[in-house]
Amino acid sequence: MKRYLSGLILFCFCSVSQAVLNIEITEGVEGSLPIAVVPFQWPGSVKLADADVSAIIASDLARSGKFAPLPVKDLIAYPKQPEDVHFPSWRMTGVDHLVIGGIRQEPNNQYQVYFRLFDVLKGEQVLGYSFAATRNSLRSVAHRISDRIIESLTGLSGAFDARIAYVTAKQQPGEPVTYLLQAADTDGFNSQNLLTSTEPVMSPVWSPDGTQLAYVSFEHGVPEVFVHDIYTAKRQLVTKFKGINGAPSWSPDGTRMAVTLSKDGNPDIYILDLVDKSLKRITRHWSIDTEAVWMPDGNSLVFTSSRSGKPQLYRVSIEGDARPQRLTFEGKYNANASVSQDGETISFVHGADNSYRIAVLYLETGLVQLVTDGPLDESPEFSPNGSMILYASQHNGKPVLAAVSTDGRHKQRLGLSDGEVREPAWSSVKK
Amino acid sequence: MKNYLLIFLMAVAMVACTENVKDDDGVDGAGADDTAVVDGQSGAQVGAVDGAGADAGQALAVSYDAAAINDANSVLAERVIYFDFDISKVDGDYVELVKHHGKYLSANPSVKIRLEGHADERGTREYNVALADRRAQAVKRLLMFQGASSDQITLISYGEEKPASLGHDEASWRLNRRAELVYQ
Repeated sequence: MKRYLSGLILFCFCSVSQAVLNIEITEGVEGSLPIAVVPFQWPGSVKLADADVSAIIASDLARSGKFAPLPVKDLIAYPKQPEDVHFPSWRMTGVDHLVIGGIRQEPNNQYQVYFRLFDVLKGEQVLGYSFAATRNSLRSVAHRISDRIIESLTGLSGAFDARIAYVTAKQQPGEPVTYLLQAADTDGFNSQNLLTSTEPVMSPVWSPDGTQLAYVSFEHGVPEVFVHDIYTAKRQLVTKFKGINGAPSWSPDGTRMAVTLSKDGNPDIYILDLVDKSLKRITRHWSIDTEAVWMPDGNSLVFTSSRSGKPQLYRVSIEGDARPQRLTFEGKYNANASVSQDGETISFVHGADNSYRIAVLYLETGLVQLVTDGPLDESPEFSPNGSMILYASQHNGKPVLAAVSTDGRHKQRLGLSDGEVREPAWSSVKK
Repeated sequence: MKNYLLIFLMAVAMVACTENVKDDDGVDGAGADDTAVVDGQSGAQVGAVDGAGADAGQALAVSYDAAAINDANSVLAERVIYFDFDISKVDGDYVELVKHHGKYLSANPSVKIRLEGHADERGTREYNVALADRRAQAVKRLLMFQGASSDQITLISYGEEKPASLGHDEASWRLNRRAELVYQ
């Protein structure tokens, strides 16, 4: 019975661990740092195909846009221990860095994953760590190792040991649309169904601690904002005012939520205190005010407003005492801001001549740079370390998720095997 | 002319009554916007009414009897209002249609409708929810102007989430920028 049960659990795990999103790097590998990731050593040489730790690390490094891992077939040797590494030979291959490691089986289905990162030119170790893992956390540990390597070599904090939430719409001919809210690892594995509805689901956004998602669901026939704990699956209805309940955004400390409500006549920005449930009105204008996001210091919001006639981005103090300050001036359609963790850059949707592209605004200089080609790009969201922007795009007429480095140089597409995928949200990195 | 004056006066009254207009920034914009809906159309509107009068013999029979809503030949069978891109003002071509629905609602106070606002896929999703909400609100104002009561009308904005046509070009987009009157 016990054996039967463990087989069943394994089966369940496998069924959710297939990659639903397939990642394809579409542009820009030049300028990336060459690195070699040697296949990790497995206990008894039994590699778990769905948790190939070194392959996951190499894939993360490539996806970061900062590294160009050497293809496995081009590796000159498979060193297992530091003393096996012959630096002069590795220098000949042109790589700057080398990663080796392995997995040790421990009692009770536990594993130890260890790795070392070497500077090939200096011939010395840069990093060396060992992590405890279970069968189910091996992929997560691999992402954590990628984050450590990237942080150590680029200074950027990690982004891969995190979750992505997104909405998928599926339709069979003659059937109503089914809307799914899903979460997956940043490489598309371990996808999890959080909500299935025949009415629209929109605007998922992670709580700062990555344990809860807020989103808009029309499941009761009207838009309402819910908070969904992804570990307990408990849901809470947080706003159900007359009219629009939309565009939720958590405050950096997770205690408040900015929302768009039209209960007083027009779409305006409000802040809901999640603890005492009090509501504070922030904007008061006859035009459209929506899509508020918090600045990292928690003192102001960036939002979209049509107060000048066309949608533009504005910034307003949460004290609501000052006039909103306009941030975008070029073009007639600038909307849906995402603010980087350091508060220095804002990504948004820039529309012109029927083409909607992702743009980046550098707040200090006011400089705007277009980083995608359109024509229907939307829902930009910075990765936790600000180096990438995840967004929704179209490929061959089908909605897909894509990512671009903040400088626009490096692009990748996250294709979904089935259904239309939209509105990605990137969680903070697991602590 | 009398008609025209009456409409104009009512428009002024309506604008004056709109609470939102009291916002300092809003006066110009909202005033201009709301007045434009009626004033801009009023010439065309009067023309249309006159025209209808002249052609009364062959035009659609306009009846506001309760049963008219089930008559496929009634003007009331037309229940979708289309909009220009990023515009929430009811186009002059549709003012007459909305007026008929408003009069029908006014004559049948027990009848209820759901007014659904929609947008095309261009631009951002939440902005489109807000835009589509304003489209439905603009239709609601015109219905109420004809005597419909606000508790006959439930309003919902779907933004770009429920397109009528699935293509990615103007042929589809123009069908998706709409407000639908759904009789309950």
